[in-house]
Amino acid sequence: MSIGHDSVYFNDESSTSLDNKEIIKKVAKKCYIPATTTLINLLEKHPEFKVSFSITGVLMEQLSMWSPESLDLFKKAVKSKRVEIVSETYYHSLAFLYNKDEFVSQVNLHSKLVKQIFGLKPKVFRNTELIYSDELAQFVEKMGYIGILAEGADHILGWRSPNYIYKAAGTKNLALLLKNYRLSDDIAFRFSERSWSEWPLTAPKFASWVNQVNGGGEIVNLFMDYETLGEHQWEDTGIFEFLKSMPSDILSHPDNDFVTPSEAVKKFKKVSEISVPHYISWADMERDLTAWLGNPMQHDASHSLYSLYDQIVNTKDEDLLSVWRKMTTSDHFYYMCTKWFADGDVHKYFSPYESPYDAFRYFMNALTDLRIRVERDQK
Amino acid sequence: MRVLMFGWEFPPHNSGGLGVACQGIARALKKNGIDVLFVLPKAIGVNEDFEFDFAQDVFLDVVNVNSILAAYQNRLSYQTIRGKYAESIYGATLFDEVMRYGIKGGDIAKRNKFDVIHAHDWLSFPAGVTAKEVSGKPLVVHIHATEFDRTGNGFVDKRVYEVEKMGMEAADHVVSVSEFTKKIIVDNYDISPSKISVAHNGIESDQTPIASPDASLLELKKNGYRIVLFVGRLTLQKGPDYFLHAAKRILDYAPKTIFAIAGSGDMERQTMELSASLGISRNVLFLGFLRGEALSSVYRAADIFVMPSVSEPFGITPLESLLHDTPVVLSKQSGASEVILHALKTDFWDTEDMADKILSVIRYPSLKEEMARNGHKEVALQTWDKTAHKLKSVYSNLT
Repeated sequence: MSIGHDSVYFNDESSTSLDNKEIIKKVAKKCYIPATTTLINLLEKHPEFKVSFSITGVLMEQLSMWSPESLDLFKKAVKSKRVEIVSETYYHSLAFLYNKDEFVSQVNLHSKLVKQIFGLKPKVFRNTELIYSDELAQFVEKMGYIGILAEGADHILGWRSPNYIYKAAGTKNLALLLKNYRLSDDIAFRFSERSWSEWPLTAPKFASWVNQVNGGGEIVNLFMDYETLGEHQWEDTGIFEFLKSMPSDILSHPDNDFVTPSEAVKKFKKVSEISVPHYISWADMERDLTAWLGNPMQHDASHSLYSLYDQIVNTKDEDLLSVWRKMTTSDHFYYMCTKWFADGDVHKYFSPYESPYDAFRYFMNALTDLRIRVERDQK
Repeated sequence: MRVLMFGWEFPPHNSGGLGVACQGIARALKKNGIDVLFVLPKAIGVNEDFEFDFAQDVFLDVVNVNSILAAYQNRLSYQTIRGKYAESIYGATLFDEVMRYGIKGGDIAKRNKFDVIHAHDWLSFPAGVTAKEVSGKPLVVHIHATEFDRTGNGFVDKRVYEVEKMGMEAADHVVSVSEFTKKIIVDNYDISPSKISVAHNGIESDQTPIASPDASLLELKKNGYRIVLFVGRLTLQKGPDYFLHAAKRILDYAPKTIFAIAGSGDMERQTMELSASLGISRNVLFLGFLRGEALSSVYRAADIFVMPSVSEPFGITPLESLLHDTPVVLSKQSGASEVILHALKTDFWDTEDMADKILSVIRYPSLKEEMARNGHKEVALQTWDKTAHKLKSVYSNLT
């Protein structure tokens, strides 16, 4: 019960699952360092190989503090000129849903940091957790982007294939790149699933599935959590061996090539227009917003947070604004999800809290504390 | 398959959870095609669709049964009551009574046919063991509570402990009401984990009466008060003292909170004195022992229910509370916390954390609503039917 007194919400030094530093070091060791080293080797070995990263501002910040080695490896990869950095909100937030000004600020903050660290200016946008709608596409086009990423959800595609470039509905010419969720999830979710009929997944087998797209599509968008490589799929599943041989197996088919998102936008014609009036995302079976905004607690928490925005901005206190912005990170709301809590699903796996109810309590207590500080500041 | 089942008390002539659990188990077994012959030490009026037998065919009136054969009677208060019934047929102590029941177990076994013996808690273990000796049939003993729970890890009665250990050693299999209790059995009674199966208790949602919310508590709520509810015997085991220490902390932040205590017991006076010495008597209501509709109306009116037990083998009250759509804060030292995920959990001794969690539910209506909604759904699935399925497989492994 330290509401109104203690202002350190994000730097728990307990060495528990609440300790950001420990988590960053752990994930860096299991994923960022070995995965990026592998990718750098592949870039050196195959001149055709390309890859793109979408790294949040929060992660770049934390890596520079606690794992500069990881950040250096990302920089080294980018130097190959065959690595693209995709744009997103600095805080991995749901800001577009609540406050467009804040959304623009967070996207610009991210671009600024990308420029500073990698010397690049992102041209393609992906929203947090592939949350997407026509409205977002139209907005993002006005911000100057040429393309945007989204989930290739069945209900928006219908009979159409995710393996082409589309035009986002209501935009002048914004390219829509849709995730091929079957092939992406074969790696991200099913790779180590022993009960899967295709287990074990080998690089030649995966390449043969990609080859089947030739003739029936122009592009296969494999979008996945970077942590798939070594953290979700541990090293002993053989994920790195798979990664090491995958490019050469793909390239052994003469029609195959690698492209980055902005190259894809320029290279392929948009085959038709796709309209997404309601929000979609890449989360859960539902592919909607319910992972973050599916119950009254989640709505309560996010409304309470965003309703503090004007007051926070008015204080002109950079420290308060930065604390508030860290609270916009979508993960806070993800931890409050009760949909599948009882089944021990991924929400629980990723959550540092005992229950979604505890996640809500900690968030609201921190927010109450922040409100007290804001009110104190205004006096 | 026919089960000879030894119990100690039975609703409506029960003082606590043991009788309710026995009724739930026997009914669910019957529903699942298992014949139950339920044995009680004294003849009482019962109305069930399975058979009963009584160790003593003397029909007692309800009052006597309630006051003397109460499952949770400790020996001190038993002897106090015993004094009033000096000329009656009872033995000199509760312990003698248990032993007398034990001897009668043999007669019961001789005059009935069955495949398995199932005895509930130490009070009926001697009867179960005798029945096994006479019949040679396999014995299952069911642990609803150990002496360590009843004494709140305080002074364990060695004789009771010996009876419990003897029963578990003589049994072919042990059933415990939770993983929490299984651990106590392994650690303190030296029983092999492979000999113990866990069968959590259940609750029948359609048989739990839902009354309208208590009028006087509603009145308080209209005046801006929040109601935090405790239901349980006022004994060391149930942790009423921890509840009051948490209450004190909560009142520092939320002065318009009422702490309602439903229950009586040997710590009643001590609990009242504690609330006075903490200076919070104004905010503590002692409702006395409640059951049926009165208890239901209190569950309905409460904003949050707290079970701060020191050592709770299962704990049916949080399930009852959730059926009334009142969310719960649970002691981690409980079996119920194994089956209720949609709750906030705390260590009973960490009253700071307990207060913090209770305060959150008081403060944030959306938290309360979501916990209640999901918790209700969850406990509605926690049926005695599930318990019966576990027991069926225990029986079939023995016969």
